[in-house]
This record gives sequence, structure tokens and C-alpha cells, in this order.
Amino acid sequence: MASDPALLGTVVDAALVLAAALTLFAGYRVIEGPTVPDRVVALDTIATNVVAMAALFALSTGEGLFVTVSLVLAIIGFISTIAVSQYVIEGDIIE
Amino acid sequence: MNVIQQFVVAALVVVGSFFLLVGTVGLIRFPDVYNRMHASSKAATLGASSILLAGFAYYGPQGAGLTSLVGIVFLFLTAPTGAHLISRSAQKMGVPFFGQDADWPEEESGSD
Repeated sequence: MASDPALLGTVVDAALVLAAALTLFAGYRVIEGPTVPDRVVALDTIATNVVAMAALFALSTGEGLFVTVSLVLAIIGFISTIAVSQYVIEGDIIE
Repeated sequence: MNVIQQFVVAALVVVGSFFLLVGTVGLIRFPDVYNRMHASSKAATLGASSILLAGFAYYGPQGAGLTSLVGIVFLFLTAPTGAHLISRSAQKMGVPFFGQDADWPEEESGSD
């Protein structure tokens, strides 16, 4: 079931381009951020944007499998955020 | 797919990409790590949830649409948790506030 090229395809493709550009702009905060929590917050935002991009790709191609891909990416982003925040204050993840 | 469903999916995608734009602009332009976390944890999560809701409206209540609803629940549970953990670790690292009049509330002695 491919998406209708009249309205929906244009909107979804424009949203994909916008989300990719926003992910690149969030990379500025990863490089430039003054402290370590700034970089962690920026990486968390990048993870959220990539989740949205996977869901948009599922809408664009009509493959429902990529919604599952976005769910797995959300889980990976949450676990990495928790691990880095524990490592920053404790110096160790599992003591 | 009829016209109404197509219009609903397109409107949800537009709303979600607008909130993603707001969240990323807030991440770049806010002055403090706590303010940046506010933008990223609320606006960007709402944008991704709106796009997943568009996936639910596209695929219907079975299969990938149900996975989209599970993704929305997961994002709404985990984004405040992650933001709270980063904020706590930043405060323990001693990252300063942007304004001088912002302060943590006084510790109550006795309770917890």
C-alpha cells in the first residue's frame, strides 16, 4: 500500500527533509556544548529526532516494519541516556 | 485510503514536524543546560509522539498501528525520566544556573 502521491507523499517527504536538517542542527550542540550534560541532552534530542524519522520513513514507504525500528531506537536512546548520566556522577555504571 | 484519513495523517505529520522544529531551536538557543533540557524533553517528545500518532492513523488499530501506540506510551514514560536523571547529574556536577535568582528549594529536615 504505497502512499498517495497527491498530498500525503509531498508532506511526508518534506517532513523527512526537515527532521534530517534538525538532526544536523542538534549536532552543533553536541560539538559546541560547554558541559557534558549539554552534550547528553543534545544526543537525547538526536535520538528523539531519529525515532520520528523512522516513523516518517514507515509512512513514506508503506512498510509497517519501520515503526518497530523506531520503537527499538527509542529504547536504545533511553538506556544510553540513563547509562551516561549514571557514569557522569558515579564514575561507574554498575558498581 | 480515503481523503479524510489522508488529511488527518498529513495534519498530524505537519504538527509533529512543527514541534520537532520548536524543540531543536530551543535546544540550540536556550542559555542553560536545564532550559535546553526543558525544550528537548517536552517539545521534541510531543513532536515524535504526534508523528507516531500519524502512523497509528495510517495503519489502523492492528499491527504497525498498535506498535505506534506502544511507542507513544514508551516516549511519554521515558522522556521525563531521562530528563530528570540528566538534570540531577548536572546539578551534582555543579553546572551553574543561568540566572542568579534561581535556586533549589530548601531541604526540609526530618522528612525523608
